[in-house]
Amino acid sequence: MTLAEVVLGAAFTGLVAYALFGGADFGGGVWDLLAGGTERGRAVRDRIERSIGPVWEANHVWLIFVFVVLWTGFSRAFAAAVTTLYIPLTLAALGMIARGAAFAYRKSVGTPGMQRFFGAAFALSSLLTPFFLGAVVGGVASGRVPPGIAEGDVVRSWVNPTSLLGGTLAVLVCAYLAAVFLCGDARRDGEHDLAEAFRLRALLTAAVTGAVGLAGIAVLRADAPVLFDGLTGRGLPVVLLSVAAGLAALGLLLVRRYTVARIASALAVTAILAGWAVGQYPYVLLPELTVDEAATGRTTLVALLTALSAGMLVLLPALVYLYVLFQRPADHRDRPGACH
Amino acid sequence: MLALEFLAGTAENLYPARMQMALSLGWHIVFACFGIAFPAIVVFTEWRGHRRDDAVLTALAHKWAKAMGVLFAAGAVSGTLLSFEMGILWPGLMGRFGEVFGFPFVLEGFAFFVEAIFVGVYLFGWNRLSPRAHMLSALPMVAAGIVGAFCVVSANAWMNNPTGFRLDEQGNVVDARPWAAMFGPSTWAQFVHMWLAAFMVTGFLIASVYAVGMLRGRRDHYHRAGLLIPLTVAAIITPVQIGVGDWIANVVADNQPAKLAAMEAQYETTAGAGLSIGGVYRDNELHYAVEIPYALSLLIHHDPDGVVLGLEEFPAGERPPVNVVHLAYNTMVGIGTALLGLAAWFGLVWWRRRRLPHTAWFLRAVAVSGVAAVVAMEAGWITTEVGRQPWIVYGILRTADAVSPAPGLGWGLVAVVGVYTVLTTFTVVVLRRLARDRATLAPQEGQR
Repeated sequence: MTLAEVVLGAAFTGLVAYALFGGADFGGGVWDLLAGGTERGRAVRDRIERSIGPVWEANHVWLIFVFVVLWTGFSRAFAAAVTTLYIPLTLAALGMIARGAAFAYRKSVGTPGMQRFFGAAFALSSLLTPFFLGAVVGGVASGRVPPGIAEGDVVRSWVNPTSLLGGTLAVLVCAYLAAVFLCGDARRDGEHDLAEAFRLRALLTAAVTGAVGLAGIAVLRADAPVLFDGLTGRGLPVVLLSVAAGLAALGLLLVRRYTVARIASALAVTAILAGWAVGQYPYVLLPELTVDEAATGRTTLVALLTALSAGMLVLLPALVYLYVLFQRPADHRDRPGACH
Repeated sequence: MLALEFLAGTAENLYPARMQMALSLGWHIVFACFGIAFPAIVVFTEWRGHRRDDAVLTALAHKWAKAMGVLFAAGAVSGTLLSFEMGILWPGLMGRFGEVFGFPFVLEGFAFFVEAIFVGVYLFGWNRLSPRAHMLSALPMVAAGIVGAFCVVSANAWMNNPTGFRLDEQGNVVDARPWAAMFGPSTWAQFVHMWLAAFMVTGFLIASVYAVGMLRGRRDHYHRAGLLIPLTVAAIITPVQIGVGDWIANVVADNQPAKLAAMEAQYETTAGAGLSIGGVYRDNELHYAVEIPYALSLLIHHDPDGVVLGLEEFPAGERPPVNVVHLAYNTMVGIGTALLGLAAWFGLVWWRRRRLPHTAWFLRAVAVSGVAAVVAMEAGWITTEVGRQPWIVYGILRTADAVSPAPGLGWGLVAVVGVYTVLTTFTVVVLRRLARDRATLAPQEGQR
């Protein structure tokens, strides 16, 4: 494995973390959107809000992490990709702003009308943002990004069959992950009705995701032959792993083993992304630019790896602490000035 | 007039891209200030409340912690947009030099991540952690604020004084050394200047909120503490900032003489140069300005006869737009001086009588100091950014050559203006509501 591959691997790991944590976060918004009217959907919306409240900001830093590693370690390829795909990326960025602000502010505003407005902005941008990001992946994966600055078609690079597939799969995967994560959260807090409701949603989304994934094979064969060859050749074990993990997660959901189902689901999603990476290897930008050609100088890559290793030593304990603390209920100790 | 100047002869994307970046940065930097300075002020207040068993201070700290949560959320989303824009708008910069100066953003990414985590811990843990553990959980935020500010400012300082690489004959970057690039000649002065500015902006802004409250007759312990704590922080920092201002002006004079000449609207290279305040620069001359003789040479060289380089030393195509830079610089220094006066007034009365000045004019001055500090900081950024033009990487890469040629890029400006108008409105609405109603929740808190 070359130094460049290690650095790209780190960026890819960040992408996987974003897909799992940020993805579940987006998915929460999707279920918020589909929760029904104000009264009927209240329980579901409250559950989602409690689950993502303290962690949503941290969840989305993973994407920034992917960006900065790419622009430092693979500057030219990064510049090529973001300029050709600037429309869906800008839309995704604006979606993140709308989503983050609406989510952050909606419980701080008083009137039901304002709350509904923020709620709708949050939910709708939760649906659109992952779609645009998935479309970006589709553009890269189908070889529509040439290696020069803004050299590709700024419309057709993301309005194409593979991008449509990527966007749809991204939304479905987010919704699925959120449903699985929320099953466990709901049961932990004794909300068994909600746990059942999310279980049903998880099973349904899993079925739809599987169907779209199958249909996607035909799309890739016609629209992204290089990726298709990679997926059915070198990447086949990873694809099969994804299918196996997905089926296992389905089984675990059926028998209500939510904690293990989370792990199996995370594995399935990781394997989908890994399949894309293996299928595209050794190219960063299909069909010509390889990982090693795209990488920047050795000193920079070494500095990057040093910073990433040191940073992870700080970050991981902090993240674990956040998630552990977050599972702890409030102890209602009467602290002066506390509002609870 | 300014707009026409930029549109003529440059790619059609340049002007909208610059305005989009300016708007995004100018918006984000206000919230970044709170990310840097607010945690320290909040945890200090919490600590005082805990030590003195003062429920009012604890309540104040909790209120501020919630406001911090809202401001942090706004800063987080606006910072995310910036990370997109760096590549989308300026691929010539990121594609060619990302390997040299992209690195501090990686470190900043970690710092921001840590801060985001501990904002969540701090707010969510208000009732879940022991007071001691809770106060300790603020320290990573303070540290992350320092590291994050240093990294981002070092990247900007690199654009002002690029170091840590060589160019081969074709202009390709070779031998990139990202650690060295972080510590160029402008880095430390710029970082200290910005870090202190963050405390001034945060301190004066918070104090101004309570000054308005006191002017409306709410002079209880809660409002007095809400004014005193942040105002004391800002008042201590302001004189230090003036000294740092002298330092950074010298750094600019040594490393970016064209920027300094534009800041002073100085066309001719002069020994014993005077300091010009105000005025309009036209046809290589500054009209209607007030001039303090020898002051510029004294400031820059600490010698009344020192030689200050003028714009005439630089080819016409390499001079920054003078009026914007000169006016922005004057605005920053003017407001800084006024804030110094306010700090001295407050400090003197407090030192002699251990109380606030009695006159309502003092509260009125504090009430406007917050907005004034923000204007001063924005003016400072305009000075350094417009003062670097026409370069994006000083002396090496022109801004016009770094902008993306993608068709339709200008619509991004329209979208960002629209989104930020809405976002600003709602941020104000939410903060106002947070101020009025104690039960209002911050975004990182659980359900009530």
